[in-house]
Amino acid sequence: MEEEDTRDYSEPCVQCSVVNWGLTDEGRFYCKTCHNVIERTKEVLTSDVVPNTKIQSISRGFRKRKKIDKGWEWYVCEGFQYILKKQAEALQTLGVCPQMKDEILCNFWRCYLQKSKQAYCTTPVSYTSKALSISDVSTDVDSEPERISIHGLSSFSESDGDLQTENSFGYVSSIGKASARETASVCSGSVDGGSYLLKRKKGNLRMSMPMTLSFCYIALLWLREPVTLSDLLRFVIDGHIPYLNAFQYFPEEMKLYGVDLKIFRVESWPVYEDVHNKMFELATFLDLPRFPAITDSCFLHPNILCIKYLMEANLPDELHNWTCRVVKKINVGETDFLTLDPMNKSARKVKYDVLAAAIIIVVLKLLFLLDDQYEWLHANFAGKRNQKNKEGCLWFDFKKWYKTIKKSVDVEQKKLDEERARCLWKCEKPLFYSAKEKSVVFKKRQMVVNLQRQFGALSGSMQVAEKQSPSSFQLNWAEENTDVNCFHGHILEGVLQEKGNSLTAMNTKYWLCTVKLCNEKICGQLTHYKESDFPQSYQFVLNLFSFLLRVPASLIHEEVCLIEHKLFKTKLHRK
Amino acid sequence: MDSFVEQLKRGTEEEFTDESVWDGSAVNTTSSSLPDIYLPFLPRYLLHPTTRGRKATEFQETKKTCLNYIQDALLQHQWQRAAEFMTNYLETLENTSAEKRMAAPEVIWRIGTEILCHHSKSSIEEFNYFAERMKNLGVKTYLKVCLEHVFHLLCNGLIDDAYQNLSLAEGWRYGEQTTAQDKELKLIQAYKGLLDYYNWAKKRKAVLELDGNFADSVEQEMHSFFRQAAVNLKEIIKIPGVWDPFVKCYVDLLEFYEDYEEVRQVLSEYAYNSKFPPNPNAHVYYYQFLKRQGESKKTLMSVLKILHEIVPSHELMLEYNAMLQKSKKRKNHRLGLEIIFTLLDFAGWKEYVKAWSCLAKQIKQILENSSKHLDWVTEEWNSRKDWWPAFHFSHYLAKRNWQENESLACEKALVAGILLGKDCKYFRYVSHQGCKAKKEKFRTMKKYVKKHSSTHLRASDVLDSCTHL
Repeated sequence: MEEEDTRDYSEPCVQCSVVNWGLTDEGRFYCKTCHNVIERTKEVLTSDVVPNTKIQSISRGFRKRKKIDKGWEWYVCEGFQYILKKQAEALQTLGVCPQMKDEILCNFWRCYLQKSKQAYCTTPVSYTSKALSISDVSTDVDSEPERISIHGLSSFSESDGDLQTENSFGYVSSIGKASARETASVCSGSVDGGSYLLKRKKGNLRMSMPMTLSFCYIALLWLREPVTLSDLLRFVIDGHIPYLNAFQYFPEEMKLYGVDLKIFRVESWPVYEDVHNKMFELATFLDLPRFPAITDSCFLHPNILCIKYLMEANLPDELHNWTCRVVKKINVGETDFLTLDPMNKSARKVKYDVLAAAIIIVVLKLLFLLDDQYEWLHANFAGKRNQKNKEGCLWFDFKKWYKTIKKSVDVEQKKLDEERARCLWKCEKPLFYSAKEKSVVFKKRQMVVNLQRQFGALSGSMQVAEKQSPSSFQLNWAEENTDVNCFHGHILEGVLQEKGNSLTAMNTKYWLCTVKLCNEKICGQLTHYKESDFPQSYQFVLNLFSFLLRVPASLIHEEVCLIEHKLFKTKLHRK
Repeated sequence: MDSFVEQLKRGTEEEFTDESVWDGSAVNTTSSSLPDIYLPFLPRYLLHPTTRGRKATEFQETKKTCLNYIQDALLQHQWQRAAEFMTNYLETLENTSAEKRMAAPEVIWRIGTEILCHHSKSSIEEFNYFAERMKNLGVKTYLKVCLEHVFHLLCNGLIDDAYQNLSLAEGWRYGEQTTAQDKELKLIQAYKGLLDYYNWAKKRKAVLELDGNFADSVEQEMHSFFRQAAVNLKEIIKIPGVWDPFVKCYVDLLEFYEDYEEVRQVLSEYAYNSKFPPNPNAHVYYYQFLKRQGESKKTLMSVLKILHEIVPSHELMLEYNAMLQKSKKRKNHRLGLEIIFTLLDFAGWKEYVKAWSCLAKQIKQILENSSKHLDWVTEEWNSRKDWWPAFHFSHYLAKRNWQENESLACEKALVAGILLGKDCKYFRYVSHQGCKAKKEKFRTMKKYVKKHSSTHLRASDVLDSCTHL
């Protein structure tokens, strides 16, 4: 070994002029004849200077292959507990009341552990899971849809991606169930990782990454904190709340590999509806009593949320009067409707933010019709009037509003899209499926880091932009900026007329988004939103709120349809 | 695709056997003559259309959009922006989809190379660093990356570095991958041979300049370069393909050492082996070699005949034409006329005086030779009379040719006058201008054309009567 290392150095020694080099324990060169130690040291081969992969694979053979160090014995639920703790702490720094972490969330979590028999009970399920898992595999595996994705991981265990050409599909089908059992019982860092994905008793709720957010949301809702679900998810995606690579906060000794990856690795952002539905399942599962009442002084009340979204959408304050009327008419402002009661199965699961946005859209439809004609006619009229009378309150001009909003939303949308494309998903601590692929994964990681450094230097200082502090507003119109048009103070003159003592809309017509709602159980959804079927103005308004809430437009559209059906119930039935 | 269908089928067989399968038996009531329609299985999860299919993860999606941004930036030459998104795209090397992960190294390599080639802050060191990373990354494209790296070094004049890289790549071994990249290895060797040739040529120059003491050792070195180059170049030339630079160098080497037999063999193989793709240069090289060797006219003409078939617009056609003219056979004269006409069909020769004077001379010869072979001219002209007047003899061209190149205009006017008669626009314009300038040769030309334009009429009359019959 020593000879090999010194062979390439053939300079004679300065003191005795003999070429006879050896290595000291620290790897320094010394002359074997006169014991003179020189500056030169043994060259250490790091993965990024090895000229080609061949050498590396040979050198790997010489060394003893180390097993992955064992680390602690830990359970999947402990992992989630860590993550929940981190998330709660992050929410606290965002300003949520300190009760949330130690009293509310903690209690919900304990309750969950107990109900799902993972802890706080006489025979925790995890201790018996190993025995269970084998029998579970043979019975459950056929109906378990996620089975395939577990196998998908096993295709990641190939020694070198470059050399293997089989596709993952073929691999799954040929190896089949035998390997499922193997992966389930053998390969995971946690004690119960393997069985965790397989077992699912009836009525048992399994933890997952989106579930952690359901936990957070349920705690926020219990406290009636002024955070909507769309806000929460936005904070997650913007990185203010740990979610992506949350496992990096685990202590060093909690090793993560094998099936654990499937549980803790995040490759997609949480989906609004998923988190929302899981939250209700969770509330039912925990047998929670009726939540604290949401009254008209709560942030989540539609009347208050409507103010927020009217401001954010740069619409006249006067519209608030109309949203309140709609809320009253269809009874969505009532405490019984808004308050979550897990015991009452028939109650609708209210999406507070989507509901508020939909109410605003319905009001816009009531006043401006949004049929691509009426609103433009009125806009021309209002525009002309505004030009003549420059003093006094300006009339709300739909066209001008459209132009202003369109311009800034397009800019923001572009920024957001680029931001998303720039998202880095992998963390410094790479995940690997098994010990076999550890070296390959580490080598790849090192390579990516090296190349990122190289291209980072070429890209200039663009990306050092600091992380913005979170805000519940994404668009701000009220700044003293003169070139930004603020429509908050504009009046609805021209669309309203006085009738008796109250103001009513000039517009006497209305069009329904859908005449009949679908059956959710058969169709999977209540409505089917096809963009091209609807007027451009309606699409625009829908997309605006879809951008603000970061939910699909179809979700808001569905809510609009529901509100319309409540609003026009009597008229529809008369027909 | 097939495997996917199979997979789907197997999945449905396993999981949805009884309740959700529709078979065709119910249909079989009306006509027994028609065979049953085969209805595919209908698994429960496909019963109603939902958007909840198996979607790509958002990781994949964002990497895809990231790639789109990079491509846009590359198209718009925004190298800095491309590098910026590249930083974020690199993670795709760690893709969880095996298929994508395997495709990633090549994508990264190609995009990265593109950025580093153009970025203002990029340097040869940056490029070397990147190339080494890429070689380390994918064994499947190892030699390709090496070749590209070498090209880049050569483009930057770093010939020694390039040579070193080629030597390294040549010795690369990686199990089956070495055989799979056999073609690339051959190329690597060939380029190494090319650089050996380059060194040889330098030494040869040195030997010629030096005389006396050092010449011997330099000559020794030169010979060793020759051996290395010859071996590698010979190898690549054996494989069917277009190897012009290699062939040229190899021929140069062999000719220096006077191994003419080998040259002849190599070049005739290169030109005439049907396994090789058609390559005009192969014939040119062979022709030039034979000419250098002082071969007979007959041999030379046979080479050019084939070249004429492949590239009728080749510049050697003028030489061929001259050879044919000198021949004694009438058939060859006829062919010569055809060649010069065909040559002028191509836009590249439109303003080439030599070609026009050649044509003019030949037509004159025929006319003076008692117009015995006037039908040759008529025949050639017949297929061109529809489009040559607009193509060559327009009023605009007359004006321009006269301004830019008087002798060209003169030659063309003569041809136009004979072929189209003295009333044609081109001839009229040029002769008018010429007479105004009081140049003697125009007057003689005018006379000549006037005398022979009657022949023109006669010729067309003959032709007309022929066609009417």
